[in-house]
Amino acid sequence: MTSILRHFSWLLFAVLWSLPALAAADLEINTPAISSLKQGMQQRHGELSGFYDSGAVGLTRDGLVAVHDPAAAPLAQRQAMNGLVAAENQDRQALYREIARANGHPEWEAEVRDTFAQRWISKAAPGWWYQNPSGAWAKK
Amino acid sequence: MKAITLATALILGGVTAGCVTINIYFPAAAAEKAADKIIDEVWQLKQGAKPQTDAKPQTEQQGEKK
Repeated sequence: MTSILRHFSWLLFAVLWSLPALAAADLEINTPAISSLKQGMQQRHGELSGFYDSGAVGLTRDGLVAVHDPAAAPLAQRQAMNGLVAAENQDRQALYREIARANGHPEWEAEVRDTFAQRWISKAAPGWWYQNPSGAWAKK
Repeated sequence: MKAITLATALILGGVTAGCVTINIYFPAAAAEKAADKIIDEVWQLKQGAKPQTDAKPQTEQQGEKK
């Protein structure tokens, strides 16, 4: 009887010991690098959202943004739009890389990007353009 | 007695393997949660009002651009 109790206490110990590992299943996203990327992207979104709304810019299947219909943006804004798209993609690539690195697995970068690609698109507002898994543009 | 020891060893082994698994394989659910959190912040989806500096909601502008 006591030996059974002893074994159960060992089991309890094992479960308790593994709890931090289970809690650590959350990904680390609170590093200074990630925060500053997030902040930059948040500010840029104020300028980009109009281009998403008009369909000039869309979300790609690989977690980035791309010009979808240049004609949807006024001629005078197209150069600025291209610059925004390039800057946004630079930040997004850095974000995926940083998240993988902050969690000690740089090789997770592609999977992080794929996860984000799906989440960006599923959270996109109605009317925005995105690429479906085969790469064709579709409207939400 | 021996059976209990064996069972305990097996369970302990299983728990340890589970922990290692979490660390080796890509945690898809955790990544999705992290992505949602970041996207909500970047696109400001969870706050009621967007803190836009140059928003002018009162004036109804009727610019005809055609």
